[in-house]
Formats: sequence, structure tokens, C-alpha cells
Amino acid sequence: MIIANNVNKSFGKLQVLKDVSTHCDEGQCIALIGPNGSGKTTFIKCLLGMVVPDSGFITYRSRNIVHDWEYRSHIGYMPQIGRYPDNMTIAQVLDMMKDIRKQKDHIDESLIDSLGLRSIMHKRMRTLSGGTRQKVSASLAFLFNPEVLILDEPTAGLDPVSSQVLKDKISYEKERGKLVLITSHILSELDDLITHVMYLQEGQLRFNKSIETLREDTGEEKLAKAIARVMQS
Amino acid sequence: MKKIIKYVMLDILRSKVVIGYTLFLLTVSLSVFSLEDSADKGLLSLLNIVLFIVPLVAIIFSTIYVYNSAEFIELLVSQPIKRTTLWLSVFTGLTSALSLAWFIGAGIPILLYQPDSTGITMIIVGLLLTVIFVSIALLASVKTRDKAKGIGLSVLLWFYFSIIFDGLVLFVLFQLQDYPMEKPMLVFTTLNPVDLGRIMILLQMDMSALMGYTGAIFREFFDTGTGTTLATIILFIWILFPLWLSVRSFAKKDL
Repeated sequence: MIIANNVNKSFGKLQVLKDVSTHCDEGQCIALIGPNGSGKTTFIKCLLGMVVPDSGFITYRSRNIVHDWEYRSHIGYMPQIGRYPDNMTIAQVLDMMKDIRKQKDHIDESLIDSLGLRSIMHKRMRTLSGGTRQKVSASLAFLFNPEVLILDEPTAGLDPVSSQVLKDKISYEKERGKLVLITSHILSELDDLITHVMYLQEGQLRFNKSIETLREDTGEEKLAKAIARVMQS
Repeated sequence: MKKIIKYVMLDILRSKVVIGYTLFLLTVSLSVFSLEDSADKGLLSLLNIVLFIVPLVAIIFSTIYVYNSAEFIELLVSQPIKRTTLWLSVFTGLTSALSLAWFIGAGIPILLYQPDSTGITMIIVGLLLTVIFVSIALLASVKTRDKAKGIGLSVLLWFYFSIIFDGLVLFVLFQLQDYPMEKPMLVFTTLNPVDLGRIMILLQMDMSALMGYTGAIFREFFDTGTGTTLATIILFIWILFPLWLSVRSFAKKDL
């Protein structure tokens, strides 16, 4: 579904992505794991066209994304730090996105209710706490029922209840055959969610394999231990 | 595109700066026209204010607006919207808000007191200068990542076009006074939209004494009609060239 081919990106002298090539398919739930500053967010932003690779290309359903922008209507993105116009209310932000996307049917507002945003719709974005912003980001990512969900640290800053709500939603969408890409440092919560692991280190893709293969290779049952094994070797 | 323009316009109007700018222009133009005994003189006094204030407000306001709506732009870039469309919508929103402010604040008083070709030229020059400086502001803000640097660059650009440029022209003129400088000076004039705007209005007013050196040369080479047409064309280039550069640079920008 998404294919990355020899993607390179540098910011100044610092090379953030080095020859990243991989592919992702429907129904997969991929954990993008790596140390801080290993290029996870940059890779995600490349997929979204927010960062333009220096060389290499990325295709979505065998169409190069460089000159295509409509593919983004199939992607729901939840940024690591959601930044929204300060003096708009939650309701206005949601309405604006609906207005701009022009998508009338298949609107999925379940997260707005289950995360308890309904009662604070009139609050302005600048008055929201970090966690509430995360909730808005999450609701926006799922709002248009996209084929691909890209979630950058989705549960960071969320309380345990909301975090569980979001995880349930992710696994529900995964069951429905969507491609889900998650980055997270809390490996224990990914255990029962993911099907594949993509490991980035210093901008290089070490591997992208299914969780079963990883378990066999390392002989560890838990993801956290398996990754620790990989990092040590 | 229409929808994004709508949101940009709503956002600008909510900030109230544009409303303040409109009221300021309205006060200045009304008081200038009622102070002077002839509308011609009033227009002339207004000209000097216009050539300073309009570019200053357009360039500073636009730069600050682009930096302040970084979140909004970032949010929309991850949505199914073409980057060019997004950028042009921001441009259109800014120019329409500021042009509207100019038209209400200065255009209507001018039409009331001096509804002839000079007055209309003045309104058009004000509109063109607004659009040009929005376009330059967008270029300055897309090229610099840092907010303070970007605003500094904008102030500097305004300073250059409004004040430093005239000094440079005089300097070059004195250094090279032994040579025929008429034709190079014509080229020099096209390098400054503010100067061109002034010449365009003064050509209409027929006040050679106030034209300055570049204006006088312009007058010498072209009659009013050709001069005005030529100046308008160059002013349009001043809109399109920075805008084109900024669109190109925004399409490749990492957010």
C-alpha cells in the first residue's frame, strides 16, 4: 500500500534518514520503534508530504506522492504535539476540518464522545491542557474514517482511561483491515496491538518484520525484551 | 481554495488590527482633506502618508500573520490540500483584507473629495502597493524560520524601499555625475515599487517640481499615458515575482 524507496533526508549537515526502503500493507499494525532522534517522526512526516525527501520516493497505492496531494484524504494523522490555531474552539476546529475535507458520509465521531470532548466543545484551543489537545488530535485522526492511520506517540500525555479508549479504538480499526502505523516508547502497551515491528536507528531502517518472526529470532515473548535483545546485539 | 480564504479572512478580522488600520486611514484622510483648502493639496499631503504607511502596515502585518498562523498552516498541510493552493489562499486572504481596509479607509474619502483620474490613480497605487508588500512579506517569512529574524527582515526591507533607496540613488548620481545617467536612472526607478507609485500619481497630478530626479526623467522619456502603463506593468511584476518565488519555496518547505 505504501512503499518507500531509498528515502534520504538531511537537515543541514545532519542526515536524519539514510536510504530507508520498506513497504506497508493493509491490515498491518506497525510499530515504528527507535531511540530518540532516530528519524521516526521525520519518516512519518515524509509519508505525509510535510517533509520532502532529498532523494528517493514514496508511493501510495503505486502513485508517487510528490506531485499528488489527494492521497492525504485517505490518511488520518495524529501528531506528536498537536498545534492548533489558538483562538478557535474545539467545535470550530472540527467543523473547519469537515468543511475543508468536503467529506459528507462515513464521518466517525465516536472518539469525540468516548474521550469526553462533547462537553468542552466551546473551549478555545489555547486554554486546553496537553492531554486534551492529544484527545482533539486523536478525534481528528479518526474523524474521516481513513484507510491509513498514522499515530505519532498517541498515548503520550493521556490519562489511563483515555489511553485505553484510544487503544481499543486502534485495535478495532485494525480488525477492520486498516493500516495503522504507531510510534511509541511505551513498548508494553503495543504488545497485543501490533503485527509488525519497524526498527529505526540513526536514520537507518534495521528491520521491518512481523512480530512472530521477531519473537522467533530473539526467543523473547514480550516486545520490550525482544527489542532490548536487538539493541544489545 | 474559497474555504481556506474564508478561514484566513475570518481569522484576520478577528484580530482587530485591520479594523484599527481602517479607522486610522479614515481619520487621516478625512482630516487631511478638511484641513487643506483645495482637494489637490489634500491629496498631495495624503500621498506622503500613504507611501510610508501602506507598505509598512502591509509588510509587517503579513509577516506577523504568517508566523502566528504557523499552527494553522501546519494543520492544513497534513490534509488533502495542495500546498500551492494553501499558500495562495493565505496570500489572497491577506491581500483582500488589507485592500478592503485601504479602500474603506482611504478610497472612499478620496472618491468623495476628488473623484477624478488623479484620485482614482491614487486608489489603484495604494491597492498595488498593498499587494506588492504582502507578496514581499510572504517571501521574507517563508525564507526565514525564526520569527524575530523574519520580522526584522521585513522591517529592513520596508526601510530599504522607503528610505535607503532614495539615498542610494542620490549617492550613485553624485558619484557618476560626469556621465549621462538618464537611462540607467530609468532602470533604477523600476527597482523600487514605492518610487514607481509616487511617480505614477505625480504624473497624473502634473507637479514636476515634486517629482524628484527619477520622476523628472520618467516624465522626460514618456508621456503620461505610456509612463503610467509602463509603471503599472512593472508594479504587477513586483507582485508576481516575489509571490512566485515564495510559492516555489513553500512547496518544498519542511514543516
